Amino acid sequence: MSSLHRVLAAAGLGTALLAAVAGAEERGAPRYGYGTVPTPEQIAGWAIAVRPDGQGLPPGRGSVEQGAEVYMQQCAACHGTFGEGEGRYPKLAGEGSLTGERPEPTVGNYWPFATTLFDYINRAMPFPAPRSLSAEEVYATVAYVLNLNNVVPAEFVADRDSLPKVRMPNRDGFLWQDPRPDTHEQACMQDCRKPEEVRIVSTAEGKTLTPRTTGPLDTEMPQ
Amino acid sequence: MAADRRDVRPEFHPQGFAPVSPQRRGLLRAGLGLGAGSALLAGRGLRAEEVASPPAEAPYSLSLGPGVVDRVYGQPSRFEAGVIRRNVPWLTASPETSISFTPLQHQQGIITPSGVFFERYHAGRPTVDPSEHRLMIHGLVDRPLLLTMEDLRRFPSVSRIHFIECPANGGMEWRGAQLNSLQFTHGMIGCAEWTGVKLSTLLEETGLTRGAKWVLAEGADGAHMNRSIPLEKCLDDCLVVYGQNGEALRPEQGYPVRLLIPGWQGNVNVKWLRRLEIGNQPWFTREETSKYTELMPDGRARGFTWPLYAKSVITFPCPEMPAKGPGIYEIRGFAWSGLGKVAQVDVSLDGGVNWQRARLQEPVLPKALTRFTLEWRWDGRPALLQSRAVDETGFVQPTLAALRRVRGTNPIYNKNAIQTWQVKADGTVFNVQLA
Repeated sequence: MSSLHRVLAAAGLGTALLAAVAGAEERGAPRYGYGTVPTPEQIAGWAIAVRPDGQGLPPGRGSVEQGAEVYMQQCAACHGTFGEGEGRYPKLAGEGSLTGERPEPTVGNYWPFATTLFDYINRAMPFPAPRSLSAEEVYATVAYVLNLNNVVPAEFVADRDSLPKVRMPNRDGFLWQDPRPDTHEQACMQDCRKPEEVRIVSTAEGKTLTPRTTGPLDTEMPQ
Repeated sequence: MAADRRDVRPEFHPQGFAPVSPQRRGLLRAGLGLGAGSALLAGRGLRAEEVASPPAEAPYSLSLGPGVVDRVYGQPSRFEAGVIRRNVPWLTASPETSISFTPLQHQQGIITPSGVFFERYHAGRPTVDPSEHRLMIHGLVDRPLLLTMEDLRRFPSVSRIHFIECPANGGMEWRGAQLNSLQFTHGMIGCAEWTGVKLSTLLEETGLTRGAKWVLAEGADGAHMNRSIPLEKCLDDCLVVYGQNGEALRPEQGYPVRLLIPGWQGNVNVKWLRRLEIGNQPWFTREETSKYTELMPDGRARGFTWPLYAKSVITFPCPEMPAKGPGIYEIRGFAWSGLGKVAQVDVSLDGGVNWQRARLQEPVLPKALTRFTLEWRWDGRPALLQSRAVDETGFVQPTLAALRRVRGTNPIYNKNAIQTWQVKADGTVFNVQLA
């Protein structure tokens, strides 16, 4: 067994997978030879993903106070001054319950990892101008949003060492193994339920939520 | 870019078909337009369709039509102008981070026309020049690789027919029936023939090193959309595709290249794919923690719930396509499963008391839309139509009540419940939920 086979077997991966990678491994050279090898600079420019263990976090640091400034200029218009969310834009702060009729997941009560905030803000925010913030500004914004949620104190400084150590309140709130199938219905064909129990409990009839389904879109109709 | 392939929607004609009888041609020559002509006809008590029916000759039967290359890139007939993607403006913050819906009520066959395949953007639709686009593969590999589109097309290619469904399809309906429309309750899905390279071929080319277990896929859009995918799935049946229904991918679907993760929730099929990083653990990105996770009644959430379980829906009749009086109808619909082939579809006319086996129409392909039909002799009495899919793993599509018993009403995602259409005596159809 080759070393690669041992690795994959140890990882619990199947034989189909072993076969899939065996060819390349045995030859030790690419089969087709198309394309080029990216330079370290090319890889570094695009490899922006950050993991919970901190892998991928760049140098730099930012405080809650600095973050407040960035947030007011770059974020508050959509997310609200206190992270309450304007219109349908995401609410960022809040420690409400995750149960009941209308739970409101936020960074503070839902997000399991603080590192994800850095990854997401750095890659996708501000919404109209992604990748326009410096690493320092991203760290500062992360610190500010965490503080808005009372996850870190006002003197917190976010950097590549401190962020992976932040313990989010909902860190253990997720099941990462798919428990489905979690319904076990039978394909019954006759007399599957009592006819008198068949009762409409909700209808879309009379509700005014449905946009036009014929003709042009609502937004293209003359006013 | 070819300027003559403008993305122009066909003009909408609310009056639809308005042909003119030979007798009226004189009037037209006298300078009256089609609209005026049909108005005159209506004034004389003639219905528009009568003037093109026997024994009349329609004007297009008495003249020359436009020649070849009149349209260098074809469009549907202008009478199909209402068959379009539609959106629900109140659902999302802005059109750039939103979704549109496939008009399933009009879909003929299992292939969704590329022009109406649903859209889901996280930062709008980028305009990517394929000559500048690169796909980078790196991380736990023997040889990092940077590929142009030309490089990518040289690898051995395959074509597969698969659906892509957003796991939020139907997500507005957990608490109750809200939208009276097939398009809006089920239209976050499309099915196409995809052509590209097996991801396993590319990973053979790079080789994998110790610990390789996860793949991060990242897009070139403004969201730099990123998801973690287990290596085992990547090497099983995933594709890196550049073709859709016989032509290049549409920009809406990730032109020039996207991931195809057959049977798994839509958002892992990363569009405008620019980077694959191989790692030894997942990244827990925003799209797999804050979003695309499902809140259970106890306040805990499920993550990494990728496969789309068996589901089906009746597309005729439906709210947009009512019945018109008693008689024989062909009930039609789609069934699909992210776990394999559809094995059977049953239809109920009485809200789930009794069921009949529907006929599956070929082709029946794994992880693809499958058509089903059933002849229905409607006596004109109110009915409650349902369809129920069973896939080749034996999984039976659940009722909404069964799903709610386990998952409550807050998950948003992965709602694959049986849909009920209420057909009233007048033939109108409403979206309802049963106890």
